[in-house]
Amino acid sequence: MVAKTVNQRAWFLVLPVLLVVAMNAIIPLMTVVNYSVQDTFSPGVFFFEGTKWYQEVLSSPRFHGALGRQFLFTAIILAIEIPLGVMVALAMPRTGPWVSVCLVLMALPLLIPWNVVGAMWNIFALPDIGLLGFGLNWLGFDYNYTQQPVAAWFTVVLMDVWHWTSLVVLLAYAGLSSIPDAYYQAAKIDGAGRFAVFRYIQLPKMKRVLIIALLLRFMDSFMIYTEPFVLTGGGPGNSTTFLSIDLVKAAIGEFNLGIAAAMSILYFLMTLLVCWVFYTLMMRGEDES
Amino acid sequence: MKGTKIIVVFVYILFLMLPIYWLLNMSFKTTNEILGGFSWYPQSFTLESYKTIFTDPTWYNGYINSITYVLMNTVISVSFALPAAYAFSRYRFMGDKHLFFWLLSNRMAPPAVFVLPFVELYSAMSLFDTPLAVALAHCLFNVPLAVWILEGFMSGVPREVDETAYIDGYSFPHFFVKIFMPLIAAGIGVTAFFCFMFSWVEMLLAKNLTSVSAKPIVAVMTRTASTSGYELGLLAAAGALTIVPGAIVIWFVRKYIAKGFALGRV
Repeated sequence: MVAKTVNQRAWFLVLPVLLVVAMNAIIPLMTVVNYSVQDTFSPGVFFFEGTKWYQEVLSSPRFHGALGRQFLFTAIILAIEIPLGVMVALAMPRTGPWVSVCLVLMALPLLIPWNVVGAMWNIFALPDIGLLGFGLNWLGFDYNYTQQPVAAWFTVVLMDVWHWTSLVVLLAYAGLSSIPDAYYQAAKIDGAGRFAVFRYIQLPKMKRVLIIALLLRFMDSFMIYTEPFVLTGGGPGNSTTFLSIDLVKAAIGEFNLGIAAAMSILYFLMTLLVCWVFYTLMMRGEDES
Repeated sequence: MKGTKIIVVFVYILFLMLPIYWLLNMSFKTTNEILGGFSWYPQSFTLESYKTIFTDPTWYNGYINSITYVLMNTVISVSFALPAAYAFSRYRFMGDKHLFFWLLSNRMAPPAVFVLPFVELYSAMSLFDTPLAVALAHCLFNVPLAVWILEGFMSGVPREVDETAYIDGYSFPHFFVKIFMPLIAAGIGVTAFFCFMFSWVEMLLAKNLTSVSAKPIVAVMTRTASTSGYELGLLAAAGALTIVPGAIVIWFVRKYIAKGFALGRV
């Protein structure tokens, strides 16, 4: 590889992107920052409040609750989706007509509008007319996600696994298909077992795509809004109220602009921090290979 | 060993298909039958719900509006991202790494943070309730994604190609359109697919940036659900129809989809 040439005029190529993203990112972000340090009693009259809203948010049990639920949710779905996705990818056929069929069927949930996903699962899990709810009750489980917090969590997690595991499968599969056949033959000659092949050939080759999978799944699950909102509306009680749901409630439902804005900033900073860690890891991986 | 593998894939796909089957099942029932009780398949098969959607302007306009802003967004995202991705894959310039992360960080921004300011911003530009407003708003996450994927694909093309073309006397725009773009055609296809997908499935921004004339299908669905009681059959049919555009697009890019999900980095 030839090293990249230094060329400051490349900025002109980046400029259009910079402008369109900056318009969408910086202006709204400044508006949010503005709200987060001001208070208002009547439209158009604002006065500076400093860090009052931040202190209020940081010490409110409601924010702590939503934050805790958010981390718990993200941890659970990552713990299920990443191993399950890798497992399915390992089981996929590598060649033949079935590959396309499998890929298309698996990608299908990814292309359904998020509120349709929520509505679909809302009905699918109803205890009287939905297959899942009816089936579980028929098996003898007392299951009703509109009243039991545990059942609501189970449904939200299952829905997310249904919705997003395929993303991990597709990524892992892409990593696996980049392994030349010669590697497997060499392993066979050396008498390597199933686990050794996975540990020393397949896993290292998948490392990069798995970091991408982890990054994408973390970002998207951390900002999840539409699906649980349509499925449970954040309930029963507050049991499935995640950060975004709480935020929209505060901003649009209660019109608590200061609180909502301070929450937004904290929320954004947290996502940014975690993603920066992932990004650094990913770039390091890219430099090595 | 072979048998277990087939079972794993089969069970997984079955798990994915069940809720979709249930949606289709309900879309062919009348609302009364749905609420009447549990049944594996429609007892009195009806296409009434689909007929309503295709004849009632509020419904089919919802689809037209959605497709309009999704296509606008795809075209804007890809055409803006192409030169930028080229710059990132070929040159080093001041602040390039920071800029790249800043772009990506917008893909990470929770849309819920931006809803209110977006409504204000697009109202101020008098774009509120137009497809263009939604198309531009979706650029927030689609443009960085497009840059990311395209940069991956472009880095796979050897730099010697560029140098040879410049020595042969090609100007940059001529080279870019005539030689370089055909080389990464698959990458452009996959990028367009991703932009299409993420714009099609997003609803929080699309719903809040429109009110009457540009109302997307997802908003039509939620509003219908709350105003006209609970027309479950109609809702199921509308939901089933939202799967169709994605399914068509995915069939076209099926060969590249896995690579595209890896953002061209495999």
